Parts: sequence; C-alpha cells; structure tokens
Amino acid sequence: MIPKDLKYSKEHEWIKVENGVGTVGITQYAQEQLGDIVFVELPSIGREVEKMEAVAVVESVKAASDIYTPVSGKIVEINEELNSSPNLINEDPYGKGWIFKIELKEPKELDELLSAEEYERLITEG
Amino acid sequence: MAEKLIFELGRIDREGVSIPPDDLESLNIDELIPEELLRKRDPTLPEVSEVEVIRHYTRLSQLNFCVDTHFYPLGSCTMKYNPRIGEKLSTLEGFTSLHPYEPDELVQGVLKIMFDLGQYLCEIGGFDAITLQPSAGAHGELTGLLIIRAYHETKGRKRSKVIIPDSAHGTNPASCTLAGYKAIEIKSGKDGCIDLKRLQEELDEETAAVMITNPNTLGIFEEEILRIAEITHSVGALLYGDGANLNALMGITRPGDMGFDVLHFNLHKTFAAPHGGGGPGSGPVAVKKELEPFLPVPVIVKKDGKYTLDYNRPLSIGKVKSFYGNLPVIIKAYIYIRMMGAQGLKRVSENAVLNARYVINRLKGAFDLPYNKPPMHEGVLSGKKFREYGVRTLDIAKRLLDYGFHPPTIYFPLIVEEALMIEPTETETKETLDAFIEAMLKIAEEAVKTPELLKSAPHTTPVKRLDEVKAAKELKLRWKEYK
Repeated sequence: MIPKDLKYSKEHEWIKVENGVGTVGITQYAQEQLGDIVFVELPSIGREVEKMEAVAVVESVKAASDIYTPVSGKIVEINEELNSSPNLINEDPYGKGWIFKIELKEPKELDELLSAEEYERLITEG
Repeated sequence: MAEKLIFELGRIDREGVSIPPDDLESLNIDELIPEELLRKRDPTLPEVSEVEVIRHYTRLSQLNFCVDTHFYPLGSCTMKYNPRIGEKLSTLEGFTSLHPYEPDELVQGVLKIMFDLGQYLCEIGGFDAITLQPSAGAHGELTGLLIIRAYHETKGRKRSKVIIPDSAHGTNPASCTLAGYKAIEIKSGKDGCIDLKRLQEELDEETAAVMITNPNTLGIFEEEILRIAEITHSVGALLYGDGANLNALMGITRPGDMGFDVLHFNLHKTFAAPHGGGGPGSGPVAVKKELEPFLPVPVIVKKDGKYTLDYNRPLSIGKVKSFYGNLPVIIKAYIYIRMMGAQGLKRVSENAVLNARYVINRLKGAFDLPYNKPPMHEGVLSGKKFREYGVRTLDIAKRLLDYGFHPPTIYFPLIVEEALMIEPTETETKETLDAFIEAMLKIAEEAVKTPELLKSAPHTTPVKRLDEVKAAKELKLRWKEYK
C-alpha cells in the first residue's frame, strides 16, 4: 500500500526525488482521512520555500488542510490538472494526484524524512 | 423533489388576493419614472391562490428536521429544547417596538434586563464585567482577543501569538488570525487533555493568550486547569475561555475561579435560544476587573437606581456591533435564567452530564471510545471499526435519519478518526435517549451485516443522499437556469 521508493513527512506528504527535483503529493492515508477533495490551491511557480512551510491548501467536503513542503527549495512545476479535477488526489494520490515539484536546496533534508516502514508505523500507532 | 417550488405552482393570471377598487386618480407610470429605469418585462412572481400558499409553506415546514420535531444530539452545539415562554415574552410589543435611538430614560426597563443579565452571567462564570454586544460565539472570540490585544498594548507589550490545543473549535485559530495573532497549535496528550510539557515549551514572552475550551471538545474536563492558568500567567499571557461547553459547569464550578481572564458565552446554546437556522446567536464576553476598561462601548452602567449607556471609555476597543447586541436572544436568556434560578441551572448541568454519560456508556461497546474518560456534557465515539466493511461515519449519520434522529456532529474534533460527537443535553427524557441508543446499536449491527443499507442511506427522507462533491464544485444559485 505504501510505496517503498518514496520519503514521507509526519504531516502525510510524500516526496519522490529525481535529478535534484522532488515531486510532492499527499499519501493514500491522508486522502482517505480528508474524504472527497473539491478544491486545491496551488503555489506559484518560482516561489522559494522553507522546509515545512505551508505551500498549498487542499479542501475536502470535511475540512481545509494546509499542505507542507517536506523540503526547502524553489517551486518549479505545479499540477494544473488539479484545478479542474481535484479528485485526482483521491483517485491516484501517488500518481496523477501529485501537487507540486520542487528544486531541492538542501538534499540532506531528505534524511530527516520518514521511510515507508517508519511512515506505516506512524499511521498505525498514531 | 418532495415539494414543488412556489414558482412552479399556480397558473398565469391567478390571483391570491382581491385588491379593493382604487378611488385615487390614476397616473401614467411613464410620466413618473424615467424610461431607462422602467423594466422591460413583467416580473416573474408566483401567481397562486391563498390556499396554495398556505399548503405549500405548511408542507415545507413539516419537512424540517428540528429540535421541535426530533432529538438533535449535535455535539458542541447544545441543541436543547427552547421553552416557548421565551418566544412569547421576547416578542411582546414593548420589546419589538423599541427604537435603538430612544433616550436612556425612556428605555429603563430593557436596560435593566440587559444590566441584570450581565450580572447573572458574571456570577455564573465568575467574572467582573461584561459586554452583550457580540452576535455569536466566534464574534465573541474575536471581541475577547481584541480586548486581550488592547490590554497588552496598553502595557507596552508586543505579543505575537496565541496557543491553541489541536482539539479546539475551528473558529479559535480563525479568530486569532483575524485579531492579528499567529495561532500556534499544540498536540493534545494521550488522555485527550492539554499536554503541560508541550504548553510550557511554547509559552514565552511572545504569547498573548492561551485559548481553551473546558470541558474540551472531547467532553473531557481539563483537570490540570489551575496549573495551566498558573504557567500561562507566569509569562504575562492571559487565559481565554471558549464558553461553548458551559452547559457542563453551571452552578458547579466557574471558569473565572479556574483562572480564566476572558470567557465568551453562547446564549443561544447554554441559555436556550433557538439557533442553527432557527434564530440568531449571542456571544457576550465577560472579563476580569483589569480588562474592564477595554470592553466595547457602550457599557450599561447603573448609578443611583438609573441605567445608562456609557460611551466614555477611552481605552475601549470600540463598537463591535451596531447598537447593543441581538436583543431578542438576550431577553430569552434573561427569562431562562430567571425561570431556572440558581438551583435550576445547577440541575441543568447535572442532567446534561448524566444524560451524556448514560448514552456514551451504553454505546461504548458497539463503537470505539478513543479517549476513555467519563465524559461531561458530551462524548466522542469513533466509527473507525466499521471501515473494514466500507462504512464511514458519514454513512452512520445518514442512516440515523431513517430512524428519525438528527445525527450527532461528525468528523469533529479533528483528533478523533471517524468521530461521532454526541451531546444529548438535559432536556431529553430517558425514553428518547433509549430510543436513540437502540437505533445506534442497530446501525452498528447493520454496518457489519448489511453495509450497503448504510452507504445508500437515507432512504426515508424527502431528499436522498446528496452528492456533496458536486454541490461544492458546481454552485447553482438559481432555482432554474437562465436561458
């Protein structure tokens, strides 16, 4: 269920890094907790952000939640598809439901994130 | 739809009233109003007979799910029965024909009611002074925080943040932000109460206030409240009380005695005025002596047996509402308190707690009770165990409608997964509570045996399951589309 090749934050974001650029989304567990997502507020491209800064907002029928960036860096791409189909996050949280891409400033920060096993423990033990 | 819209009823040129013959001279409308302001076509107004109108609105009123027709255990909302005497007396002509600009000496009666209600609330809460102006709870929060801000500023303190537990009502952080503070959320402890260590870590010279609901939103009394007040005050911060859950405490203990410096009341919850679509709210804010100078103007004062509206308060945060507050709600709360008396209010809280404990205790086997402490006036269960059958708390709530009960609050507080927050209030009989419990137990069985029944509920209501995603994404603000 929880992809092994990703890193996770305690706030339920995942990140996948390729060539110094991280793709960020929210986990299967997070989308289940939120319920049907109706709106996503995306960050602007070029914005410089610090690790754990709130950069996007996901609104479901139950609640609005901030999405935090698990690493520091510059936003280089956003998933425009989410503007018209926010439900992609529910349907495919680790794929088509990605939220933004970030150019890493401090690749070392990745070491502080959770592995798939550690994240699984977080959501099962609370 | 179970009922047509009024625009879909009737027929062209049907008239519901007979207008008497006109004995005035007729004037041509074109000569009275410039042409560009005249409408090009007739307005599309309903053309219906009187009996069609009466039947239509009577039927609509019967479709309502409300306190007058159904048990309504909506957690954190205190949907108690609203005694009819409040409606009757608050709509007396002496009240409804008042004008807000009448001179003080001509409205001594209503000023006395407002002054006395303020005194009663201060006595119930353990405070020294009060404003009745705020329109409802969240407005009270903002007013209270602006008073706190004015207090710190007068002392020359620059403070930037307010600490809030993660179980707080969503309005708390919103009010902080509106008042210009940064809301700092702290994680609750394993027992669902405030974690003193985490609070201590966040408390510093930048902290303007700590904002707490007691009992908290899990319905659990914060037993360390005296210590919380002590460490909050030790850095010069103030303790703000969200009075949403006051129905658990009246006549038993007082927030003012626990160390709270500011408290907002919800007259529409605790003091039995209709709310939640049934009427406006009222959120008076009570404070300790040292915060009195900052209260909104005007403050009602009594001197030599006369009541006046005092605007001469140089340190006041100013007005927070036009005129003096939502008067009918204020009058209803006054009537309620006078009718119940001190002993009666104490019994209200005792029975509110008794009813909640009875319901939670009988349901805690069939549902999970994540924070297993005796609840106060409300308790929070979890529907987590039904996830494996594909059933969510939302489905349980919808199914309750089929059994003739308004669902509890769901998915709040946020720290409980699949939360069901049940507040029965003191006005319900044991028979009603038992019927609700039986329905909940039945639903717990259905969730396992016939989950589809829950997932497609409600089945007996005029409108079936709504598509909430579609409703949020495709707003339709007109009854039919303009072609």
